[in-house]
Amino acid sequence: MSTNKEYLRSERDMEWRAELRKKIANKERTLMVRTRMPEMDPAVRIRFQDREVNTGLTVAQAQSEASRCLDCANPTCIEGCPVSINIPKFVKYIELGSFLEAAKTLKETSALPAVCGRVCPQEKQCEATCFYTVKLQKDPVAIGHLERFAADYERESGFVSVPEVAPSNGIKVAAVGSGPASLSFAGDMIKLGYDVTVFEALHEVGGVLKYGIPEFRLPNKIVDVEIDNLRQMGVKFVRNFIVGKTASFDDLKAEGFEAFFVASGAGLPRFMNIPGENFNGILSSNEYLTRVNLMNAASDEFDTPVLRGKNVAVIGGGNTAMDSVRTAKRLGAERAIIIYRRSREEMPARVEEVHHAEEEGIEFLNLANPVEYFADENGKVNGMRVQRMTLGEPDASGRRRPIVLEGSEYDIAVDLVVVAVGVSPNPLIPSEVKELKVSKWGTIEVNEETMQSSIPELFAGGDIVRGGATVILAMGDGRKAAASMHEYLQGKR
Amino acid sequence: MNQIVEKVLFSEKVAKFVVDAPRIARSRKPGHFVIIRVDEKGERIPLTIAGADPVKGTIDLVVQKMGVSSAKLFELNIGDHILDVVGPLGKATHIHNAGTILACGGGVGVAPMLPIVEAFKKAGNRVISIIAARNKDLIILEDEIRKWSDEVIIMTDDGSYGTKGLVTAGAEMVIQRETVNECIAIGPAVMMKFTSLLTKKYQIPTQASLNAIMVDGTGMCGACRVSVGGHTRFTCIDGPEFDAHQIDFDELIVRLGGYAAEERLANERFLKLN
Ligand SMILES: Cc1cc2nc3c(=O)[nH]c(=O)nc-3n(C[C@H](O)[C@H](O)[C@H](O)COP(=O)(O)OP(=O)(O)OC[C@H]3O[C@@H](n4cnc5c(N)ncnc54)[C@H](O)[C@@H]3O)c2cc1C
Ligand SMILES: Cc1cc2nc3c(=O)[nH]c(=O)nc-3n(C[C@H](O)[C@H](O)[C@H](O)COP(=O)(O)OP(=O)(O)OC[C@H]3O[C@@H](n4cnc5c(N)ncnc54)[C@H](O)[C@@H]3O)c2cc1C
Ligand code: SF4
Ligand code: SF4
Ligand code: FES
Repeated sequence: MSTNKEYLRSERDMEWRAELRKKIANKERTLMVRTRMPEMDPAVRIRFQDREVNTGLTVAQAQSEASRCLDCANPTCIEGCPVSINIPKFVKYIELGSFLEAAKTLKETSALPAVCGRVCPQEKQCEATCFYTVKLQKDPVAIGHLERFAADYERESGFVSVPEVAPSNGIKVAAVGSGPASLSFAGDMIKLGYDVTVFEALHEVGGVLKYGIPEFRLPNKIVDVEIDNLRQMGVKFVRNFIVGKTASFDDLKAEGFEAFFVASGAGLPRFMNIPGENFNGILSSNEYLTRVNLMNAASDEFDTPVLRGKNVAVIGGGNTAMDSVRTAKRLGAERAIIIYRRSREEMPARVEEVHHAEEEGIEFLNLANPVEYFADENGKVNGMRVQRMTLGEPDASGRRRPIVLEGSEYDIAVDLVVVAVGVSPNPLIPSEVKELKVSKWGTIEVNEETMQSSIPELFAGGDIVRGGATVILAMGDGRKAAASMHEYLQGKR
Repeated sequence: MNQIVEKVLFSEKVAKFVVDAPRIARSRKPGHFVIIRVDEKGERIPLTIAGADPVKGTIDLVVQKMGVSSAKLFELNIGDHILDVVGPLGKATHIHNAGTILACGGGVGVAPMLPIVEAFKKAGNRVISIIAARNKDLIILEDEIRKWSDEVIIMTDDGSYGTKGLVTAGAEMVIQRETVNECIAIGPAVMMKFTSLLTKKYQIPTQASLNAIMVDGTGMCGACRVSVGGHTRFTCIDGPEFDAHQIDFDELIVRLGGYAAEERLANERFLKLN
């Protein structure tokens, strides 16, 4: 709705915006430098698993950064945002000092602004298409930091606006999984008056936001506020419930559920299938992060154990790899090394995370790939062999393809290895629902416009449809699915 | 929250818990397991569903006291609650009419074997069960297994009950005596390894139910990975039962010790507190 040019223009034409634009000359705005996000000292923060690295902009910093934004007539930043947040509107509200209005603007389109402000790969999305980046070749407006500021301000103000909910229409719908896709789906459906239940397999609600992304990047309490908000609006959460196992879709249909949104994520970790990979001390990033984030394994008071390494190697270059290697550092590693087969430029991780990792003393061994692991007499890993790589022609993804440098192998001493080379779609639902159409990669096939699968009452979105993607894309899918499920259910009446 | 409605001590270290879990009681099949978390600070541990009453809405768990988590569960009594119970997990046992089934259970492994024995009997098989343990006190569920078996052989390491000897001695005796079409082995990894080596010699198809270390139980972490036929498989979603002759038991045994040092420390802490 908000991509609509007329809506954007009418908002921009409002008097307060026009006046704000006149207050400072554009020339002056463009001369200001981008505000740096204040952060905790690296030497201190590596001792705490649970303290957030970025401490958030102050009011003055936020307003100053907001005034850099030119309130463009053609705001290209919005085109870079997968959920089309009305960026100049919320940024200008910050400049004006109306922070609660800014937060409300975010909520017009985004269910989890405090989360996205923290974890979106902004440099590839909204900030990549900002006028500053595209036309001025200057640092873009810090849209992500401002988004976080507005959302945090609202939460801490105690004036959280609980969106209005339509009167109940009594129609039962379910979401499978409780990650960002389901949370945004649930928010939209409850607003439309549906009776919404979210089923989650684990004992905690939130999906990857809880069990994957660490506290030092996304505190759980921020996710919990959003979940509580949904609960207040009437969404029901059922934990410890695996749809397809605890009850089948047919059982749930018999209990009155008329349609389902499957957002079961890309939970299946990939391994490299190289010799020695099943030795003790070699684990997937999912296992490592789940133990620490979901099970609190780093605390003595909790029963779940976690392996602590002195020399830790993390294989991969994505967000999951960065989260794992920085966790290892915080759990006492003397050396924590990223081993990635391409170069720094190709790393899929958010730029900010790579930067933070460097500040924290993480070593980067780029253009290298493990080929074999070795273990001591107890079967515990004590070394690995890596092979050097070089970059060839770009492949289908546009990134340059790594090529093996023959005869370049050498060994490194390690006592803990975390494998973060990607995930595959969670196979639970596709294996329980035989009629469901899935791709050769195991993702659920849907109509891209409606998110409807080959089974009419079953919609799907997020990582189970896209493979490993992002929080904001998952949320966008949830919203799309809600809109088309609504249409589908109303059409049936 | 799942209430404990019955608790029966089989021995000092083995007890049966009947737990309120109506959904799971209805949907579970032989071979399935659950993951429980006793309290807020607890670990997620897998336990096989040893039986269920879909009418009362309860499942049976038979638990051996090993370390912290099982000890915490042991402390709970009738009326207490287990914080989280999720399931049923894993693939159900492939039950069919094979002819004669030889079911070998070691120690607490007899509990998960019970529903499988029952199902094979109901499917029309001749079922011979071997219950093995270190000594008489550790023999569990004998009456229940007898109810669904054509013959029961008891083996103890020290000869305090039944025949003295390992489970494999009893199994070989049966195999030499009559035709066995299929074998099931459930128990400690070492016991399954040697049972598997034996049945391989006689080319009898054998299923073993693995007890790999788990975290989520939904295929998300890979903690439970095992090598089967040279491929890495996840016990929680691809198993827990696999073709025993293809399993790399030595790797499984090593992996079961993957957190041994951490578990020992946790146990010492736990014992000090109690
Ligand atoms: C460590 C890590 C760091 C990341 N960092 C970033 C980042 O910085 N920025 C970013 O944009 N993205 C990041 N991502 C990716 C992002 O988290 C995912 O794209 C996003 O969470 C996908 O959301 P989803 O709703 O599809 O599913 P998920 O968040 O994966 O949630 C799926 C949920 O469904 C549950 N489930 C599965 N099957 C069933 C079933 N049958 N019944 C009930 N429940 C079920 C699962 O237990 C899980 O909780 C990261 C991912 C990881 C792992
Ligand atoms: C699919 C499945 C079904 C299971 N069913 C049952 C069941 O019905 N009844 C039951 O009593 N147990 C069962 N187990 C094993 C049970 O999960 C473990 O005994 C339990 O996790 C131990 O936790 P703990 O904290 O008490 O002991 P820990 O402190 O974790 O371990 C104590 C000692 O036990 C050993 N150990 C740890 N985990 C296992 C394991 N999985 N198997 C064997 N030894 C282990 C360790 O090496 C350690 O020395 C099952 C396991 C799986 C994977
Ligand atoms: S949701 Fe993400 S892409 Fe959209 S404006 Fe916010 S930070 Fe940018
Ligand atoms: S493109 Fe950049 S400067 Fe223009 S409105 Fe968007 S954020 Fe502001
Ligand atoms: S227990 Fe995590 S994948 Fe099997």
